[in-house]
Amino acid sequence: MPVVASLHRCARRVLPLALAVCSLSTALVAQGASTTDPRASLKPGWKDAGEAALNLRVVSTAWKPEGMYDARNLGNFAFLNSDLAFSGPYVFQGNFNGIQIWDASDLKRLKLKTMVTCPGGQGDVSVHGNLMFMSVEETRGRVDCGAGGVPDTVSAERFRGVRIFDISDIEHPTIITQVQTCRGSHTHTLLEDPKDKGVIYIYVQGTSVVRSPSELAGCSRVRPEQDANSSLFRIEVIRVPLASPKEAKVINSPRIFADSTGAIAGLWKGGAHGEGTQSTSETNQCHDITVYPAIGLAAGACSGNGIILDISDPANPKRTAEVIDPNFAYWHSANFSNDGSKVLFTDEWGGGTAPRCRVTDKMTWGADAIFAIKGRTLTLGGYYKLPVAQTASENCVAHNGSIIPVPGRDIMAQGWYQGGVSVFDFTDPAHVQEIAYFDRGPVSADTLHTGGSWAAYWHNGYLYSTEIARGLDVLELTPSAFLSANEIAAAALVRHDVNNPQTQLKNVWPAQAVVARAYLDQLVRGNGLRAVRTADIGAAIDAAEQATGAARKAAYAKLAKSLATDAKTASDAGRVKELAAVVEAMAK
Amino acid sequence: MLAPPRLIQTLAVALVAAGVAMPLAAQTPAAAADVAFMQGMIAHHAQAIDMVALIAQRTTTKAMRALGERINVSQKDEILMMQTWLRAQHQDAPDPLAHMDMDMGDHAMAMMPGMLTKAQMDALATAKGVAFDRLFLAGMIQHHTGALTMVRELFATTGAAQNTAIFRFASDVDADQRAEIARMRAMLNPMHLK
Repeated sequence: MPVVASLHRCARRVLPLALAVCSLSTALVAQGASTTDPRASLKPGWKDAGEAALNLRVVSTAWKPEGMYDARNLGNFAFLNSDLAFSGPYVFQGNFNGIQIWDASDLKRLKLKTMVTCPGGQGDVSVHGNLMFMSVEETRGRVDCGAGGVPDTVSAERFRGVRIFDISDIEHPTIITQVQTCRGSHTHTLLEDPKDKGVIYIYVQGTSVVRSPSELAGCSRVRPEQDANSSLFRIEVIRVPLASPKEAKVINSPRIFADSTGAIAGLWKGGAHGEGTQSTSETNQCHDITVYPAIGLAAGACSGNGIILDISDPANPKRTAEVIDPNFAYWHSANFSNDGSKVLFTDEWGGGTAPRCRVTDKMTWGADAIFAIKGRTLTLGGYYKLPVAQTASENCVAHNGSIIPVPGRDIMAQGWYQGGVSVFDFTDPAHVQEIAYFDRGPVSADTLHTGGSWAAYWHNGYLYSTEIARGLDVLELTPSAFLSANEIAAAALVRHDVNNPQTQLKNVWPAQAVVARAYLDQLVRGNGLRAVRTADIGAAIDAAEQATGAARKAAYAKLAKSLATDAKTASDAGRVKELAAVVEAMAK
Repeated sequence: MLAPPRLIQTLAVALVAAGVAMPLAAQTPAAAADVAFMQGMIAHHAQAIDMVALIAQRTTTKAMRALGERINVSQKDEILMMQTWLRAQHQDAPDPLAHMDMDMGDHAMAMMPGMLTKAQMDALATAKGVAFDRLFLAGMIQHHTGALTMVRELFATTGAAQNTAIFRFASDVDADQRAEIARMRAMLNPMHLK
């Protein structure tokens, strides 16, 4: 395959780490989307679609069970798969028709443990202990989980908001309570109270029609200039007391878009950014909020803006920074880098159901934008868009993903709907580099059936891609010039028992030889330290690992000392110091 | 208000099955109002595309061209989506793009809320420069505001928007066109029309 050949040539000539001079994506972004990449012309089909993968291997695919798809119409919106959550051996997968709970004890063969039929969309799901949370936004959602919809425009039978299930018996989830909200719940985000382990909060992001006050008291459809209690221009915060989750209720509706004068719609009233720019949404809603408790911040992707919130008081999030971008149509989701110095926002231009990766579509529209965070200032560093053209039958735009915990680098996996899964390095936001991918051909050759990767999330050593029309893919990274076996192994050392991707988890690496070797591989690849030294250091680590007990510790202590000297002259001193810190920890 | 917790629990237990095949009952059918909304919105979108087609010859403003490109791409894609949906429902799917070369604004379709009259379209087709930009922006704001009216009326109709594709599309139309209205209002500010 010519693409692979050129990658290897490139990797020998210039070492692609921070300086991605020869990177796949940089080269292609400059020229627009590639039409010669294998992903551009895959055979259409449902279960028999053509597949292309680079540096990713499919471990298994769990196809949608009966009841979660419509065989006559594979793109039927009532059965789209949505978001994921992880807890213990289980993967929780949302669907517009309910929730699927997969037993992932054997990754080669996921088993459907439980299927909850409870329509209402999107079915975004989160888990905390024995509680499972589910977003419901549509006007057809019913209090009794029934399938008949709610024809009346005002009805006590309608449910829009967050359903809370007890999953202590995993095969028989039961609803504990359901918290109704004015715009329903398009997405939601869990946040533990840092001061009270007995309480969690749910941020509710509603984006669709505000319901009648006759149906839910207090709901108001008019703008805040007409009604200070407008249901627009806010999020809702649900407080869940874990000892008595049935008491869960909305306790606050923070006006996170207000300006310094107190105007509720103060943040961004919409408008032009100047010549040659795209339109931007009037910011009256957040689509998604990613909280990062370890740094006390959240990133809100809120229609016309990206915003940063201080969440140190979780019930009262306070906006600390905001940004607009001339190329963004709809701010959709966000991820922080592990160190919290960067935030990556996605632009879901076209809502996820349109084919926005055609060769004619701009590479800065419907893309990721990466910003550096410094206090109250966000500075644009660069864009990333799937570097490959997709057909008009494939819905494609930036969507959900998560950080892959490779020490020393910012790497993310992301779903691009029918553009597939793309793994990329954004350590240098100006030169984002794709390092792996997996894609299938369109669900249908001539009809756009909504499908593809809703999200690709890293969890305990593997990638899980929730496939809207097909099921759930488990993928494994394979070593390449862009990512070494040591780096992949180091990433797999980071374990989290529970993982709700919109609640970002801090990745911390144990002091183990493979972590040191990962940093060393990066120094070699990036010419961060003279080759004669990197060879010696590799040999020293090997020798220390051969030894045991006090001898091993002494060997590492000696190596740590020499690394401290290296750091003074190395061109990538920071990375040498990171390596030294791991070695020092192993000496103890 | 919520049903009592005990009732909900009983219902949920009945609805939850461990790996058992479920009947395909979850698809709420499309209502007549949904079909009319989609057919009407095709005509509505088609006029926006007619209007955008005038931009190339009649403006010198880059921001206008970018606006036009976005409207053109978005609304053409959405017309295709609406046609696909209507055909899947075995309903008549108007195809205005098939005779796009005809005179502007001359589709034999019902006037939907906000659509420009023949006289307004004629005025637009003869204007140039800043005068065109102003007429275009005012006309497209009127046009998009009509789409918001169509969405509001849809959600206010008993039995409508229970079909997920319709709910989602109507919600998207509301968000997208609201966004474009906000932008066009700002563009009407003389600062942006140099």
